Amino acid sequence: MSRRYNNLSNRKLLVMTVFVAVGVVYLIRLFLLQVIDKDYKQLADNNALRFVTQYPARGKIYDRNGKLLVFNEAVYDLMVIPKQAMKRDTLRPFDTLNFCRLLDIDKASFIERMNKAKKESYLKPSTFLSAVSKENYAHIAEVLYRYPGFYFQTRTVRHYPNAIAAHTLGDIGEISPNELEKDQEGYYRQGDYIGKSGIERSYEKELRGVKGLRVMMVDVHNREMGSFDDGALDRDPVAGKDIYLGMDADLQAYGERLMVGKIGSIVAIEPKTGQILAFVSSPSYDPNLLVGRERGKNYQELQKDPMKPLINRAISGTYPPGSTFKTVVGMIAMQSGTITPATVFHCSGAASLPIKCTHSHGPSPDFANAIMNSCNPYFYEAFKATINNPKFGNIKKGYEYWKGMTSKMGLGHTFGTDIPYERSGNIPSREYYDKMYKGQWNSVTIRSLGIGQGEVLVTPLQLANIAALIANEGYYYPPHLIKCFGDTTAIPEVMTTRVESGIDRRYVRVMKQGLRTVFSGPAGTARRYEMKDIPQCGKTGTAQNPHGNHHSNFIAFAPADDPKIALAVIIENGGYGATWAAPIASLMIEKYIRGYTVREELEERMMEGRITYKNER
Amino acid sequence: MIDDNDNRNRIIGRLDWVTLLIYFTLVLIGWFSIFSAKYNELHPSIFDFSMEYGKQLIWIGIALLAGFIILLIDAKFFNAFSLWIYFFFLASLVAVLVYGKATKGAMSWIEFGPVKFQPSEFAKMGTALALAGYLGRLDVDLRKRKEQIVSFALILVPMALVLLQNDTGSAIVFVSFIFVLYREGMPGAGWLMVIGVVAALLFIFTLVWSQKVMYFILGSLLLLTLLYLFLNKKRDAIVPVILVFGMGFGMVFSVDYAFNHVLQEHQQNRVLVLLGQLDDPKGVGYNVYQSKIAIGSGGFSGKGFLQGTQTKYDFVPEQHTDFIFCTIGEEGGFLGTAAVMILYVALLLRIIMLAERQRSTFSRVYGYGIAGIFFVHVAINIGMTIGLMPVIGIPLPFLSYGGSSMLAFTVMLAIFVKQDANRLNIL
Repeated sequence: MSRRYNNLSNRKLLVMTVFVAVGVVYLIRLFLLQVIDKDYKQLADNNALRFVTQYPARGKIYDRNGKLLVFNEAVYDLMVIPKQAMKRDTLRPFDTLNFCRLLDIDKASFIERMNKAKKESYLKPSTFLSAVSKENYAHIAEVLYRYPGFYFQTRTVRHYPNAIAAHTLGDIGEISPNELEKDQEGYYRQGDYIGKSGIERSYEKELRGVKGLRVMMVDVHNREMGSFDDGALDRDPVAGKDIYLGMDADLQAYGERLMVGKIGSIVAIEPKTGQILAFVSSPSYDPNLLVGRERGKNYQELQKDPMKPLINRAISGTYPPGSTFKTVVGMIAMQSGTITPATVFHCSGAASLPIKCTHSHGPSPDFANAIMNSCNPYFYEAFKATINNPKFGNIKKGYEYWKGMTSKMGLGHTFGTDIPYERSGNIPSREYYDKMYKGQWNSVTIRSLGIGQGEVLVTPLQLANIAALIANEGYYYPPHLIKCFGDTTAIPEVMTTRVESGIDRRYVRVMKQGLRTVFSGPAGTARRYEMKDIPQCGKTGTAQNPHGNHHSNFIAFAPADDPKIALAVIIENGGYGATWAAPIASLMIEKYIRGYTVREELEERMMEGRITYKNER
Repeated sequence: MIDDNDNRNRIIGRLDWVTLLIYFTLVLIGWFSIFSAKYNELHPSIFDFSMEYGKQLIWIGIALLAGFIILLIDAKFFNAFSLWIYFFFLASLVAVLVYGKATKGAMSWIEFGPVKFQPSEFAKMGTALALAGYLGRLDVDLRKRKEQIVSFALILVPMALVLLQNDTGSAIVFVSFIFVLYREGMPGAGWLMVIGVVAALLFIFTLVWSQKVMYFILGSLLLLTLLYLFLNKKRDAIVPVILVFGMGFGMVFSVDYAFNHVLQEHQQNRVLVLLGQLDDPKGVGYNVYQSKIAIGSGGFSGKGFLQGTQTKYDFVPEQHTDFIFCTIGEEGGFLGTAAVMILYVALLLRIIMLAERQRSTFSRVYGYGIAGIFFVHVAINIGMTIGLMPVIGIPLPFLSYGGSSMLAFTVMLAIFVKQDANRLNIL
């Protein structure tokens, strides 16, 4: 028998009381927590709900005639929830190896992707492998159950049935950290796709639509048990808007074929609307290359290509306009009252100073004659006379007037419509010359401007716009790519606002007549490309450039009395304007107006023509 | 022969079936909870030993086997070898410090081939045995200084070794032996408990209200008490009262220091979360927040077996080990949690009742010892899941996943059941 049994046994009561007391307190707490308090139920619902993003179908892109240029194709993103993938022994080396083989990636890439996903979130899904094709998807999905934490999410990628207009259409790609930071609305998530260039970029907001959301209840087996709250929180995705471009797919394809083997650009505009009919930059590439999993690899390869196919030369290439610029110089000279169509400047032909004339015409050409023959001295004199015009007080003011007029005609600045990465070209400022010549400069110093050389630089787009404004006899609509949206949404006002060039109609008409003679005149520089049934107007340019052979330039529009197409063609290092640019422009005109071409021999010669580039830049 | 048979039947017949029934019920609930918490439809077999529920099944089998063997061993063995068992586990604690493996910051595991052991789980049992063996000696009187010191040493040495492993949770469990000392009549043990509770309260209030407020409150109380004593002419009590309050001030004064220097940062955070001083459901408060959601969402009758939504996405960390109670709360609802709570309290009360009917001091002390161990485990583990205790990682007896704890708790209980079954053989 225990010694202390009798006197201490009542101490058990306190001990038992403590046990019971704690039990009661806990029971009360549990009752409050589980039965009385309803908050936790809701919190749990939030926990057990799965928020599934519903990606809207991105808008399709059509040409002006409703021909499909871009549509969506289903691809599958392989998602991973790192925590589920990493736990237990599911990813032993052997499995990893098999898994890599299955996905066709190497182990280093596997580890890198996994680390990236883990860094993003350990508990939430991240994209492990994006844009798996339909064929690979079927193959992988079959055995994916062996790899917990991985699952597929459907998405669409862009597909280009015609493989044309790569630069114009642009591409979409995973949003970059930089873009993510700039996203003020907080619309994008890591791994989302965003328009990177071209139309995809300009109309990102319209094309992408609005993401939807499905709130699903998930049970312990990760099975979706249906919509939460009968879908009260669900939002259907809003499909992106379709876009109809001003582009004519046939003309674009034709232009691209003409430009094979040449570096340069064709920009064709519908003068009455400013819509771009063709937007060729050569060399180009197949837009389908920049889609899906191979995008990164192909992009890098294209970037390494010495011919720089990724550059859209129609807006990013800045060229000396050469003689095509004489249209601008001539019209400003008339508008400023410095010359009239009857004004005659003396030309000594090849002996002219300081700029010689490369053409043979009478010693004293009038305006029309000078245009037809592209007389250098005439326009040098006209330019000099304009900025020397006493009505401006001094030459610097004269120059400012002149620069102001070029600006009105769309030079030296961007149009700011829907073409990303447009460059502004260059019309030097008065201050630039002041600085360069320390204030000591005059009309002779900057005489090269008169014939489109020297500091003046234009983009093919700006040059085409000059053609368009002459075709319109004095005004233009800022050139743009879009024709309309798939719905009734109006296109931005800037593109439908008529811009006056500041040149009176009568002077533009004089210019127009002059440009007609370039084709029709006995000495016209493009007379070989005259078509009897389609009256064309144009101006050749042979631009000296410090990097190699002259650039072959041409601006044109047709038909003369009711222009439907205005265009600029620049063939880098193509030599004379009349050699390459003029025939290509003429063929483009024929193709667009007629729908087909009859000059087979010319067409073949242009298409087969290859220009060797000694200076591969 | 007849005697032997008779003896065996007597033993079986004398086993306390109430205790065993509660034990089996809890083990069953535990295993089903683990199954639910870790259920994986690719491995639906309960015998899939790559899954936790399969492994736990093995451990339950091992534990039952060990328990059965203990029932067959002569009851006097444990009394006779109590100190040896104690020293064996002390040695294993030291071994852990030397050869052990760290898991989640605590150096408490030791490996034997494929099996990992946590000696601290067994050291508690060893301490209970040693204390029982020591206090059960006829010449030991807890009113003597030397015996008190030896008793404390028996408790504090393994506790210190566990603390050195950085396993604060297991170390706290050793505090439960205060119940034993109290029951066995150690003078001041009751006061020690009171002081402990008061100190804990002072600690909490100081953290919640700041030291200044506490000084003000204690000061006011002291003045009122002194005034009362003065008016009632009880001057003898003035000095003790001042001493007691002095200790109080000292406590409050040292709270900041203790909090910032004794507790580690994660422990500080857990305490602050518990006291509502730190609201960080995504960070340090994540466990408790998710745990409360899981339990709270169970409602009255729960979501049903395998229907818990908080489990699959692993919202609650350590769902199958230290937070197994969440699964019960979510899937079993209040009915489930109340049942488990009642089972535990019933087990504790039953052990105390059995302990009180023992003829030997050894058995009684051992009974109180394991009751205290179970109590602290249950109180802390469930308390943390419902936000009444800071997060302290110790398992829920018989329910949590884990071989060491399953084996240790089962052996612990089996020894007591054996002692009880044998009680009439003790003269």
